[in-house]
Amino acid sequence: MKGILRTRLRLGHQTIAWPDGPARFPERFRGRPAIHPERCSAGCRECEEVCPTEAIALPAPGRVALDTGACVFCGRCEEACADGGIVFTRDFRLSARTRGELTVTGHAPTLAAALDAKTKRLFGRSLKLRQVSAGGCNGCEAELNAAGNVQFDLSRFGIQFVASPRHADGLVVTGPVTENMRAALVETWQATPAPKLLIAVGACALSGGVFAGSPVCRDGVEGVIPEAAVDLYIPGCPPHPVTVLDGLLRLLGRIEGDDLRLEATGIVEPRGGGPR
Amino acid sequence: MADLDRRILITRSAQAVDAADVPRLPPAGFQQAVADAFTAGARLVAWFGQPVPATQGKALLTAVLANDRDGTLGLVSTIAGDAIPSLAVEYPAVERFERLLLEQHGVVPSGHPWPKPVRFERGMAGQPPFFEVEGEAVHEVAVGPVHAGIIEPGHFRFQCHGEHVFHLEISLGYQHRGVQRLLDGGPSRRTMALVESIAGDTAVGHALASARAQEALAGATPPPRAAALRAVALELERLANHVGDLGALAGDVAFLPTASQCGALRAEFLNALAEICGNRFGRGLVIPGGVRFDLPDDAAARLAGRVQDAWERVELSAGLFFRSPSVRDRTDGTGTVTRETAASLGLVGPAARASGLDVDSRRSHPFPPYDTRPVPQVLGEDGDVHARAWVRFEEARHSALFVVSVLSTLPPGPLLVEPGPLSPSRIAVSLVECWRGELCHAVTTGEDGRFARYEVVDPSFHDWMGLQLAMRGGQISDFPLCNKSFDLSYCGHDL
Repeated sequence: MKGILRTRLRLGHQTIAWPDGPARFPERFRGRPAIHPERCSAGCRECEEVCPTEAIALPAPGRVALDTGACVFCGRCEEACADGGIVFTRDFRLSARTRGELTVTGHAPTLAAALDAKTKRLFGRSLKLRQVSAGGCNGCEAELNAAGNVQFDLSRFGIQFVASPRHADGLVVTGPVTENMRAALVETWQATPAPKLLIAVGACALSGGVFAGSPVCRDGVEGVIPEAAVDLYIPGCPPHPVTVLDGLLRLLGRIEGDDLRLEATGIVEPRGGGPR
Repeated sequence: MADLDRRILITRSAQAVDAADVPRLPPAGFQQAVADAFTAGARLVAWFGQPVPATQGKALLTAVLANDRDGTLGLVSTIAGDAIPSLAVEYPAVERFERLLLEQHGVVPSGHPWPKPVRFERGMAGQPPFFEVEGEAVHEVAVGPVHAGIIEPGHFRFQCHGEHVFHLEISLGYQHRGVQRLLDGGPSRRTMALVESIAGDTAVGHALASARAQEALAGATPPPRAAALRAVALELERLANHVGDLGALAGDVAFLPTASQCGALRAEFLNALAEICGNRFGRGLVIPGGVRFDLPDDAAARLAGRVQDAWERVELSAGLFFRSPSVRDRTDGTGTVTRETAASLGLVGPAARASGLDVDSRRSHPFPPYDTRPVPQVLGEDGDVHARAWVRFEEARHSALFVVSVLSTLPPGPLLVEPGPLSPSRIAVSLVECWRGELCHAVTTGEDGRFARYEVVDPSFHDWMGLQLAMRGGQISDFPLCNKSFDLSYCGHDL
């Protein structure tokens, strides 16, 4: 018992300061991509050509459109762009309520809007979620688990992952939805009592991610469950636990506005060379 | 048996050979060569088929065997027809590979006791029945594919008498995403992102295995600084997972101090990866030819200090777990796998080492910097949950020392060499000891120098049967604990 108390004292308080204080992110963390079309060289398509998931399109010369729903945040496009036209910022806020909002063409942040007043009243102070991995690589699952540990501690906001869909107010789906998991996902949704939320987490669930086009997968959860529309999209590969928390808290109306609370860890400097 | 090396092509990990040089024996000779290799102490690393013209047979079957004493690999192949006599009863390590060959190429392993698909690559409709134990008081418990926690899907079918488990059958395939088919025809701009998603908790391991196979096929050698940073990342990945799982094991026996502390301390090692490359899982760091991110020496020193400090806190917290009588009561003698069972199943990784089996490809098939900085041997004896936890704790300790030491002495020089195109019609087998055990990427190029057959063997493919047998004679209530002590990958198995 004495050992337990000593260790507890030595380790101290492990929960992060955010959202009341700043979230600490490494300098090299790649969050929301910012597009600077004014810097683009005409006729250049380097960013589009290196992207592993075809997340970048150029609808017109010099007009880059980056779909964060397909982006795996590898930073290859930033590396390839000699002009600094794409810069990954450390802004961890990435979630959106509609799929279209995930296409980035400038440098304004994407901030998920809150639920309508009635739904917010139902779930705002207590949200129980059931997670279904439908072909996830265990990356998103690991970060969702981390979101629940003492460090990120989503239960302090009344959010909890529960063991049964019967106890849940919504499903959190990860993975591109494999053919072999499709039926189980649909049944889990049907077993969840209404009103219920559908939350898609990670590039795979949003667009198929690196598995897009696979003959044995769907390209994400959209359209897989009859009559269910996605209520919240959380991009990332995988999304950082704070990104997950930010998305959920904005959905519940617990975080509002554009105040970015961010702090560097000060361990490793930004990557040399490339423009930031 | 003396002429075994004439019947098998001897090569090494991440060394390319001409695909045409792999001996192609008649099926009986192939089976004999594999059996002789087992008798001589070899292990099965991979066993995979490639389509052949229908006039020749069903598949070109290649076996990859490892000789851990000499640090060599052996390759041998055959053209399999409609059926091939099964080796599963005599050599259980082949069991799952034979089922996969049946599933993928229709080659029936004659005499296999349970020739059921393992990945259900063609869908789950008409799934064959589960193994059943009959008897008046015997009952069945079915769990999954959707589990109680945030876990990947799999189905577990227990045959029980009260709490007592007679038999557990684990049926997977829910995570099958068609990885190998998506890799075919590469390398492409998607290749590295795809291999990093084979198992997201082993992104560095898979990226490294793939990069080393591609470098072998291109004849490129990554610079020493890149090799050092890769090893740092691989060991940070091991630390993160081992520390996180010590916390999860503590959670499964309701020992909350270590559960919450190690659950959070795991982040220190993930964050160290993010400091290097911007991603907590090390994604985007390793590419063929080297690494994409450098670490200035002063930053490396600061990071080494952080890792050292985090490890000291892990030691304090994990120490509570290992010293607690209530923990030991749950972990000691639970989920035992004997050394003999582990050897016959061909287990790898901490699951094998906890049973006293000395398999660690960092030691037996080393590449820089492991060749000059050998990692110490960590072996358990009892093969139970406690042994698996202890082996992982001790390995994590050595990983922490390794990371601190390598970060303090990073060799100077470039980060990347241009790997160039892959040479055509060659095969390279690359082994990497990731946190779960031996990871194999066996890559064959076609005449055009593109991937013609990209075979991935995740350590979980070898180890799932170990978990099934660990549960025999145990209590069903111990299943979560046993499961976590192995912590196998569903998606790594299903691909």
